[in-house]
Amino acid sequence: MASTTPLSGTAVSTEIGYNSKIEGEVVHTQLDSAINWFRKNSLWPMPMGLACCAIELMAAGASRFDISRFGAEVMRFSPRQSDVMIVAGTVTYKMALAVRRIYEQMAEPKWVIAMGACASTGGMYRSYAVLQGVDNILPVDIYVAGCPPRPEALLDALMKLQGKVSREPITRILKRDSGPAEYGRMGMRLPGVPDSGKPTVHV
Amino acid sequence: MASSSELARRLQDAFGDLLSAPSEFRGEIALTVLDAERIAEVCAFAKKECGFDLLLDLSTVDNYGSDPRWMVVYELYSISSGCHLRLKTQVGEEQSELPSVSSVWRAANWHEREAYDMMGVRFRGHADLRRILMWEGYPYFPLRKDFPLAGKPTDLPNVAFTRPAPLEGGPFVTSAGGKDSGVREPRARTSET
Repeated sequence: MASTTPLSGTAVSTEIGYNSKIEGEVVHTQLDSAINWFRKNSLWPMPMGLACCAIELMAAGASRFDISRFGAEVMRFSPRQSDVMIVAGTVTYKMALAVRRIYEQMAEPKWVIAMGACASTGGMYRSYAVLQGVDNILPVDIYVAGCPPRPEALLDALMKLQGKVSREPITRILKRDSGPAEYGRMGMRLPGVPDSGKPTVHV
Repeated sequence: MASSSELARRLQDAFGDLLSAPSEFRGEIALTVLDAERIAEVCAFAKKECGFDLLLDLSTVDNYGSDPRWMVVYELYSISSGCHLRLKTQVGEEQSELPSVSSVWRAANWHEREAYDMMGVRFRGHADLRRILMWEGYPYFPLRKDFPLAGKPTDLPNVAFTRPAPLEGGPFVTSAGGKDSGVREPRARTSET
């Protein structure tokens, strides 16, 4: 730590690295890192709470764990205003296309956290009724282990997602024309759902 | 205050040969209604004359391979006397239909929808016999014994699709007594042949 020699009549000033007298009110950075810095510290979650994981998601938002330390406290129940969908719970086949539709209603850029065993793989439900992992229908960025995961695990996932966001070549993505509708961020192909076809009707 | 067996006897006096003799298992009394077509009548009497004002549960059993295939079980409770009574009746597979008791207890409405959804037993006279857990248009009845645990592939465009789950030898593949978790909880069960 370097300190300047005190001049007579002025306060002692201590400067660390950045000298505003020389550099002015200017911060030098790359556009990519600036935009990503804005984005990663204001990830508005879409709380896709489907089962008990949603309780831990609520705990992560409450005072003890305080998700707002990571800028993600603005839970939006409208997909139009959300950045990251936190799929918290068991995705049944009955719910699957609704989850997919809500994801498609979210504006780019958007990310997905699969919270817990059920959202990641179907969990303990090896069943006719449960989708075996939400990555069958959505591009998942972060998987969180646990049944349900502790709020700390979700916060860890959020920090990992922030790391992922901060590494995105965002200006290149913004400059590139957005692809066909079925292509998401960075040209990622969305996982498909089965083609249309008449189901066999059991009488 | 009447006991369960007294109330069962009162039902027997009223319906005679329609009911089998009450069987007791661990203090629980069960009566079998021999003609499923008259179940609503018996239930109405049980509610009105015996005080069974609460239908706790209505469930179905699939006796796959034997005839009649379906058994419908009614779990009755009387709030005033605290007595339980179980009524059972059987329905053949080719008929798969019996009178609804939703006009006796309104609680039966959703129970009967669930029984229809999961087992495919229909309830005549039900006001709104739609599926309750699966979606309209799902082609199978998943709690039947001949329905595979993993499920079957279906697709109803814009509504829902299903795919068989990867069971890898069972829903919970564990073998007790192994020295580490890799042995105790393998990823898949090897064939026993």
